[in-house]
Amino acid sequence: MIRIENVSKSFYRGGSATDAVRGMNFTVAREEIVAIIGPSGCGKSTLLNMIAGLYAPTQGHVVYNGAIVSDVNVAVGYMTQKDSLLPWRTVLDNVAFPLELAGVAWAERARHASAVIQHVGLDGFEERYPGELSGGMRKRAALARMLLYGAETVLLDEPFAALDAQLKLAMHDLMLRLIAENRQTAVVVTHDLMEAVTLADRVLVCTRRPATIMMEQRIDLPRPRDVLHVRFTSAFKDHYDALWDRLRLEYQEERV
Amino acid sequence: MTLPPQELQNTARPATAARPRGRPPVPMVFWQLALGIGLLLAWQGASGRLIDNFFISNPIDVATRLYRWTADGSIFMHLAATLYATVLGFVIGSVGGAVLGIWLGVSPTASRLLNPYLNALNALPKVALAPLFVLWFGLGIESKIALAAMLVLFLVFLNTFAGVREVDQDLIDAARLMRATRTQLVTKVIIPAAMSWVFAGLKVAMPYALIGTVLGEMIAANRGLGYLVQFSGSQFDTAGVFAVLIVIALLAVALNYLVELTQGRMERWRMISR
Repeated sequence: MIRIENVSKSFYRGGSATDAVRGMNFTVAREEIVAIIGPSGCGKSTLLNMIAGLYAPTQGHVVYNGAIVSDVNVAVGYMTQKDSLLPWRTVLDNVAFPLELAGVAWAERARHASAVIQHVGLDGFEERYPGELSGGMRKRAALARMLLYGAETVLLDEPFAALDAQLKLAMHDLMLRLIAENRQTAVVVTHDLMEAVTLADRVLVCTRRPATIMMEQRIDLPRPRDVLHVRFTSAFKDHYDALWDRLRLEYQEERV
Repeated sequence: MTLPPQELQNTARPATAARPRGRPPVPMVFWQLALGIGLLLAWQGASGRLIDNFFISNPIDVATRLYRWTADGSIFMHLAATLYATVLGFVIGSVGGAVLGIWLGVSPTASRLLNPYLNALNALPKVALAPLFVLWFGLGIESKIALAAMLVLFLVFLNTFAGVREVDQDLIDAARLMRATRTQLVTKVIIPAAMSWVFAGLKVAMPYALIGTVLGEMIAANRGLGYLVQFSGSQFDTAGVFAVLIVIALLAVALNYLVELTQGRMERWRMISR
């Protein structure tokens, strides 16, 4: 469904080039959840931007549903690290924004949006402006917006980094349920290994910048997953340890 | 045990709680009034003693003049003419400037094409267009409206253009991914995001609308505050000049207040979020 074909991306500034991604190859199957982990600043966000069609690769292609991505890829919902909520709209109007763009009538979009807002635990804050919310609450509003709009594929860039542990678990649970319900494909970028193993069918481990895939681990934990308990199973621990061994090497190299 | 007097108990504390003990502070407005009265007294005192009354008139004459103009209603005809031209010029210039700013802001080709001409026009002192406007629109109120609108248009245009260019690219990307059409992108993301810049432009432009009108009236008119100040000056009527200046200043303050009031209503999110 998504094919990353020998993709490289360099940024040029004042004559010097920085390679963010170099010669990356992987595929994501329909309705698969893929997590990408790696050291921070390694070019993972750049990769998502290319899948979303916001950046063009310097070399190689991003192929989505058999077609090369050359413009904004409207088949994906993208939750960026910055929440990109519209500051002049209330939480309700922000969450309902994609429906408004699609021409859904006011009453109906308010009904849908209220339901999702309740799911992410922001009920009571519908009429607040993003500037009045904490970072974690803004993330949840952005998540609600993305989940509501039901894109074919969702891209998440460190979606839950600002949340506390309990809330993170609740959001994982909600996300897995809604992704399964809407039969969505997902690419999650994170540096939280626990999160990666909890959510994903497959975890890709990135090298330091310029990023390339150095390891791939299939997570064959059964679905639907109970996010609260899955992390205490021995299978989870095996996956976690295997990934951590490789990741640790990457971090150690960085320190030298 | 003695209770403090009732009035002290009920006094609302100011936001800054820490204050020296002893006498309660004198509110700033008192000092402001005192300064104003002091200046008026100094003016009255200096007039005819230090400086010839012919040059600076005196507060009593000015007040008398204002009273007479108000009593016979003649000031209202001039005020109405100036107000009408200022407001209409402001509205026409604002709408034109905002539309032009948004259009050029979202259309890189057009903005590059027009860039040198707009720069030249912007550098041109717009008041130099006044004779042209008199030729085109006549001696009536239309030429004043045109001059006010021209001054406002450029200020609002420049601010709107900058505002549109400053819109957060992440917001635009997010909306495009959510399948916003180009029209939706402009109406639902770019314009609201640029709104505070537009208002900054409007606030700057409001006094210029008044400048344009008054100047137009000074050049050629038979009514309006600009005409009146010019006429009084040519009659060596210093008290009349000062009286008109006071009316113009009051008008300017009132108009600015109106713009700020509108902005407060339209940008509620900004007020709340800060």
